[in-house]
Amino acid sequence: MPGIKEIRIKIASFKSTQKITKAMKMVAASKMRRAQERMSATRPYSEKIRRVIGHLRHANPDFKHPFLVERPAKSVGFIIISTDRGLCGGLNVNLFKTTLAAIRDWQKQGVDVSVCLIGAKAVNFFRRLSNVKTLATVTHLGDRPHVADLIGTVKVMLDLYREGKLDRLFVVNNVLVNTMTQKPTVRQLLPVAGEESEDNKLQKLWDYIYEPSAAELLDGVLMRYIESQVYQGAVENVACEMAARMVAMQSATDNAGKLIEELQLIYNKARQASITKEISEIVGGAAAV
Amino acid sequence: MATIHVDIVSAEGEIFSGEASMVFAPAVMGEIGIAPRHAPLLTTLKPGEVRVQTPAGEEQFFYVSGGAIEIQPHVVTVLADTALRARDLDEAAALSAKQRAEEALRNRGDVIDSAKAQAELVRATAQLKMLDKLRKIKQ
Repeated sequence: MPGIKEIRIKIASFKSTQKITKAMKMVAASKMRRAQERMSATRPYSEKIRRVIGHLRHANPDFKHPFLVERPAKSVGFIIISTDRGLCGGLNVNLFKTTLAAIRDWQKQGVDVSVCLIGAKAVNFFRRLSNVKTLATVTHLGDRPHVADLIGTVKVMLDLYREGKLDRLFVVNNVLVNTMTQKPTVRQLLPVAGEESEDNKLQKLWDYIYEPSAAELLDGVLMRYIESQVYQGAVENVACEMAARMVAMQSATDNAGKLIEELQLIYNKARQASITKEISEIVGGAAAV
Repeated sequence: MATIHVDIVSAEGEIFSGEASMVFAPAVMGEIGIAPRHAPLLTTLKPGEVRVQTPAGEEQFFYVSGGAIEIQPHVVTVLADTALRARDLDEAAALSAKQRAEEALRNRGDVIDSAKAQAELVRATAQLKMLDKLRKIKQ
């Protein structure tokens, strides 16, 4: 049996760990609330831009933008949104598992896969894989990602798509189902998937007045659409990170509590044993005299 | 009086949503005024002011740093940019993203080394644990 002093030191160290995990949990909880607010703030933009895209698909420009045209898939790109920091349970691992499954599926069909990484965890994970090419990375977006930070990475992928070096583009991020569950999801960005708009009133044959030209305009709008989708993914992923961290830290605090309880019991027993031993020694000594 | 619905949104939040009798926006080809039942129009915006005249006769101002505007007969959607956009700026951002990726790849060597070291450490601790167990069984 270990000495009493060692047990006491162990208990003290567990207690300080518990304090840290508890504080981290509370920080994560308050950050999660703010992240969720930001998440709902991005919704109007993506709804509106989706509406515009929906209208665009019904319009009949004499020019077809490459982002709207489906090509046979020879190489695909993934934009993978992960967290920068760990201590958030299995959040990133689950995300990477889902991504790898999707990547394997494409590779089995003989399709080249390249990735664009957002977040330090993804960079660390994917640089160990040799059969996946990393095209662009961005890390340390913080708890409040800005659209401006994402423009560069997204542009790299869009440029390749335009040049015909990518035929599909997907975004992978965690979707917040509720505080306890975050679901990794893969969504197709390009070509822009056909979403039937509910406006059947719109006549079949009409077109916008484009100022200055359809090509330039569509490019700008579609680019913003993709960026907003990636941005929304990044914001949602932050909310997921905070939720996952909160849960992970809660269970860590609980586990530390259980360990402390057990150790306390051992400690008490050891202390009692030593007292009993001392008394019996004294009694034995007294009897000898 | 006829009105037109106006939504002004940016990627980081909603700015304005409501009815208007007239909307003015700084389009690239010059300022445009939009009255209800305007023909469908799609154009980009320069940095400037979007003015919304409410049916009550008040006027509201919103600054946009660029973006796009979509006009349907009954709906005007202003997609405002939050970031300053220009071709050169975007290009620079793309370039730095690529560089970061290359750097990450270049550092691959020492990551493998550290991964190897970590794996060895795990194996060593497992062996130690095994020895410990054997010793206990012998006792």
